[in-house]
Amino acid sequence: MTDRCEGELLRALQRGDESAYTELMQANTGKMLAVARRILKDDEEAYDATQEAFLQAFNAIASFQGDALLSTWLHRITVNACLMRLRHRKRHPETAIEELLPQFDETGHRIESGPAWTENVVDRLESAQLRKVVRDAIDRLPDNYRTVIVLRDIEGLTTEEAAVALGVRPEAAKMRLHRARQALRTLLAPHFAAEAE
Amino acid sequence: MHERINCRELIELLDDYVEQRLAGAERARFDDHLGRCPACRRYLMGYQGTMRAVALACAPDAATPPEVPGELIAAILASRRAS
Repeated sequence: MTDRCEGELLRALQRGDESAYTELMQANTGKMLAVARRILKDDEEAYDATQEAFLQAFNAIASFQGDALLSTWLHRITVNACLMRLRHRKRHPETAIEELLPQFDETGHRIESGPAWTENVVDRLESAQLRKVVRDAIDRLPDNYRTVIVLRDIEGLTTEEAAVALGVRPEAAKMRLHRARQALRTLLAPHFAAEAE
Repeated sequence: MHERINCRELIELLDDYVEQRLAGAERARFDDHLGRCPACRRYLMGYQGTMRAVALACAPDAATPPEVPGELIAAILASRRAS
């Protein structure tokens, strides 16, 4: 692998240099697969989405102006390929997450505060354990809530970008994200409260 | 004297608060409620902890990217040649 600079790599791709395509894939396939797995939760589908994303990118490479890093551009294409797959999945009735949201009485005051978190408990957890706990909790969220957390809080899209990707209005994306974060807090709280003791 | 908010209204403002978009009278109402409500303080701590946990657990360098199967790269290259 020659490990060319970004501009050289782009020019090599645009003139069809086979080694440049290999270099691009070796540098980006792992990250793209990871994104696809986070969104799709299915290894086989993640492979297919990654393949689709590369082929879409290759088809568009001639007109790519280099206004973003190739890795950023590939990331966006991968996210979109995954979301397209999610939209085409057999639709399941939206899973209710109300039971994971805070409960209030008729005056708007909290009924139950739930287990207390201890300050800095997150930072004290061993990283592999933290990853497992958090990822398992994210995976327990219904697709539409899991996806908005992945896009906004993990992949770093803005609310507006996430809304476009999800095909909803920004206000709806914001509301969905808020509910997803609350539900995730409920799922994580017992573990972190237990950890603090 | 600003109007007080209840726990439900505080929750609705949480994202704006943690993303530092809350200002003026709204921020004052938020802080006032937080000062009087231990349950909301606990909730906020957990909410911020959740966001930090996600950031730490899912940061790009937090996990080794999955091993890239050679057959996947070969399949993509073959599809490119065929297209």
